[in-house]
Amino acid sequence: MKKLLVKKGRVIDPANNLDEHLDLLIADGKIAQVGKQLEDKEAQIIDAQGLIVAPGFIDMHCHLREPGREDEETIESGCRAAAAGGFTSVACMPNTEPPNDSQSVTEFILKQAAEKGIVNVFPIGAATKGLLGEELAEIGELKETGIVAVSDDGNPIYNGNLMRKALEYTGMFDLPVIDHCEDRELSAHGVMNEGYYSTLLGLPGIPAAAEEIMVARNIILTALTKGQLHIAHISTKGSVELLKWAKAQVLRITAEVTPHHFTLTDKEVCSYDTNTKMNPPLRSTEDVDAILQGIKDGTIDAIATDHAPHRRDEKNVEYADAPFGIIGLETAVPLALGLVNRGVISISRMIAMFTINPASILKIERGTLSPGAVADMTLLNLSERVKIDVNSFQSKSRNSPFHGWELKGRAIITIVGGKVVWSAKHII
Amino acid sequence: MPLKRKDLLGIEPLSVEEINLILNTAKAFKEVSTRDVKKVPTLRGKTIINLFFEPSTRTRTSFEIAGKRLSADILNISASTSSVVKGETLVDTARNLEAMYPDIIIIRHSRAGAPHLLANICRASVINAGDGAHEHPTQALLDAFTIKEYKKQIKGLKVAIIGDILHSRVARSNIHLLTKLGAEVRIAGPATYIPVEIEKLGVKVYHHIDAAFEGCDVVMMLRIQRERQDKSYLPSLREYFNLFGLTPERLRRATKDVIIMHPGPLNRGVEISSEAADGPYSVILEQVTNGVAVRMAVLYLLMGGKYEEVVS
Amino acid sequence: MAYREKVQLMDAVTMDRSLIRIAHEIIERNKGVQDLVIIGIRTRGVPLASRIARKIEEIEKVSIPMGILDITMYRDDLTAVGPQPIVRQTNISFRITDKKVILIDDVLFTGRTIRAALDSIIDLGRPKFIQLAVLIDRGHRELPIRADYVGKNVPTSLDEVVEVNVAEEDGKDSVILMEKEE
Repeated sequence: MKKLLVKKGRVIDPANNLDEHLDLLIADGKIAQVGKQLEDKEAQIIDAQGLIVAPGFIDMHCHLREPGREDEETIESGCRAAAAGGFTSVACMPNTEPPNDSQSVTEFILKQAAEKGIVNVFPIGAATKGLLGEELAEIGELKETGIVAVSDDGNPIYNGNLMRKALEYTGMFDLPVIDHCEDRELSAHGVMNEGYYSTLLGLPGIPAAAEEIMVARNIILTALTKGQLHIAHISTKGSVELLKWAKAQVLRITAEVTPHHFTLTDKEVCSYDTNTKMNPPLRSTEDVDAILQGIKDGTIDAIATDHAPHRRDEKNVEYADAPFGIIGLETAVPLALGLVNRGVISISRMIAMFTINPASILKIERGTLSPGAVADMTLLNLSERVKIDVNSFQSKSRNSPFHGWELKGRAIITIVGGKVVWSAKHII
Repeated sequence: MPLKRKDLLGIEPLSVEEINLILNTAKAFKEVSTRDVKKVPTLRGKTIINLFFEPSTRTRTSFEIAGKRLSADILNISASTSSVVKGETLVDTARNLEAMYPDIIIIRHSRAGAPHLLANICRASVINAGDGAHEHPTQALLDAFTIKEYKKQIKGLKVAIIGDILHSRVARSNIHLLTKLGAEVRIAGPATYIPVEIEKLGVKVYHHIDAAFEGCDVVMMLRIQRERQDKSYLPSLREYFNLFGLTPERLRRATKDVIIMHPGPLNRGVEISSEAADGPYSVILEQVTNGVAVRMAVLYLLMGGKYEEVVS
Repeated sequence: MAYREKVQLMDAVTMDRSLIRIAHEIIERNKGVQDLVIIGIRTRGVPLASRIARKIEEIEKVSIPMGILDITMYRDDLTAVGPQPIVRQTNISFRITDKKVILIDDVLFTGRTIRAALDSIIDLGRPKFIQLAVLIDRGHRELPIRADYVGKNVPTSLDEVVEVNVAEEDGKDSVILMEKEE
């Protein structure tokens, strides 16, 4: 395998508290050397002057739709979208058709990823059979096959007793339980955040309490079981407060936030654009402020996309009838850099939220540039002006509310296992 | 001043001037309905489609009469006879209708925002005839027209809107319109029927009907449709009538020349007693008459304003 | 486009003389005022109609029913490019069937306004006949319409404008022929 020498970049590796201008030599798909003014005659040189060199970004929450909904996304297209967005690894949710609740589905995903995917794919297994919330999936076998976490994805694990069992049972395999926290009775037929705008628009609302009640329940069950809980796409002020409390109790609880939940508010729904419809819904300004505070003070651990591709015609319907979810792989990094540009967090903290933090939660050997580590890297250009154009996306779907947005900074080179898989606007 | 818009999707985006233009124009059209020959050639050659995805007799008929009195060709498509039952999407239905070059599409739909979806893809003007719990702009306009007939002006009036505010598009449109025109709007109903943060729309919330009626000039009763809802909102219609039903006794707290309005159809004995509905304060039938005039004005203004529409 | 005054065609005195003459002609041609009604076309036909009605009443000592007609709903240029006309109320409180209708407007030009007015009146009932009185006839008819009573015939070119001012609307009585400024 060709050697790579990434020269003159500003290397930021939060796992090692590193932030300086260094060169990186990559050989055999691993970081061989990190140092000043490295030379290697055989290596292909990547001039990273003016760029940030970071460990490969990890999206710990996305939907690749394969098997089952290849019309919306495939592992191949989803991986390309990930690479284009600066991600070297993705953890894909089990809500495929059939759901990833058996070894054969996990094997299929891993096989497709190995053959067609240009980034690493880490499957998340179903917590319960068929994602039905009735009995535990064969988590031990799934773990053996290669899952990194369990989740029922969009379905909260509703039965408190079953959630308790899931937290207990996964402890044997050191797997986190990722839960979509939602009290379905409270959210009822809701399609957007309950608040001023749901009142104005006459759309049924989902109260913040629907999320917070389940966050609270899950925290209490985590305390009971000593299990590992990861809260998916946290979106409300109350959830952030609960999470903060839980962390003070030294429980094994982490949380992720999506770029749309820290960027947009429920005011966006006024257009009735179904690309503003996701679950959890876009929340109030007050919630977004609390989320930003949670990102700032470290309460929230990771940024994840919740990339949810839907066909254009599925979304081009009445608001209440549209499916929840938007794509995010190709917009997450510029939106997260917005946090840096606005001074909410440092670049180093932002990188940690995409690298070492998700890697630690999922316990995957990624997220750092230590010598010997797998050479997954994301090179960022912080000054480039970006205009989001969904029509240029690698994803098969176009359902993004950020079309036309002008942002500053993006990932421009994506290196997976020592190989450049994405550079500027084309795949190498 | 023309109505500078292609569509009428709600009251919320309208300016006071636009509202007044519609109300003033409606006065001229009301006279037409009093003639022997109740027809003027104003919209001759225009095609109007009444696209109703929800059952409605009153609103659909009112638009139909309005269109006919303006000499437009107006046809009705209701959900039961349309391709909707065959699983066609709203967008496809709209594109197919659009291919026949209608000038106006009037839509009634159970989903909030459905008219907006239609307006985005259609060249034709779109009129919202009620979308979910969002808006019903022509109802609010005809209500305002009726109030003005009785009270001369809306500014300073105390108007109580009673009932299921949460699910009511009539309430939302009226709240927007009446607050824009300077009325004091009170809403009252069971706490389960009051949407969150409604105060931000500039209304006062009451949970006791007597307090809401105190010194009131106008009372608007909303229809209760418990049979179509989750039963958790209300223990029973009996209890609702006891707490919020309109009776002549309760009305005594209002001003002496109070008027009672209702968008219809009435649930006698649920939100309103027969004595109140048929009593001297009721202007419910006048609302129906005015509905035609207001809808004629809206049709006329949207067509007349057409010359500026193409760009939007 | 700016216009400037070319020539004054009438002042308050000459306008009044014309209206007196028209009032007399109406009475004479109709052999009295039996069944006579007067309808003014909005906007400036209305004050002219009420003045003529008053003059006839003074002469004949009977009251003449007067109505107001707004022809906007009958216009043939509704969706044409240009500012949209405001619809105002038609106010004719008497039945016109079998009446002798005298329709009054300020200026007769293309005839399209009168066409709309005729349609409108016929929709209101079946008059015995309709006659037309105008203060100014400036020619350039686009329809086969003529006036029965004319205050003044004025030859004009198409790019000129006849401006009629009436005290009730404009604070003074005058008729001015305007021409385009170069």
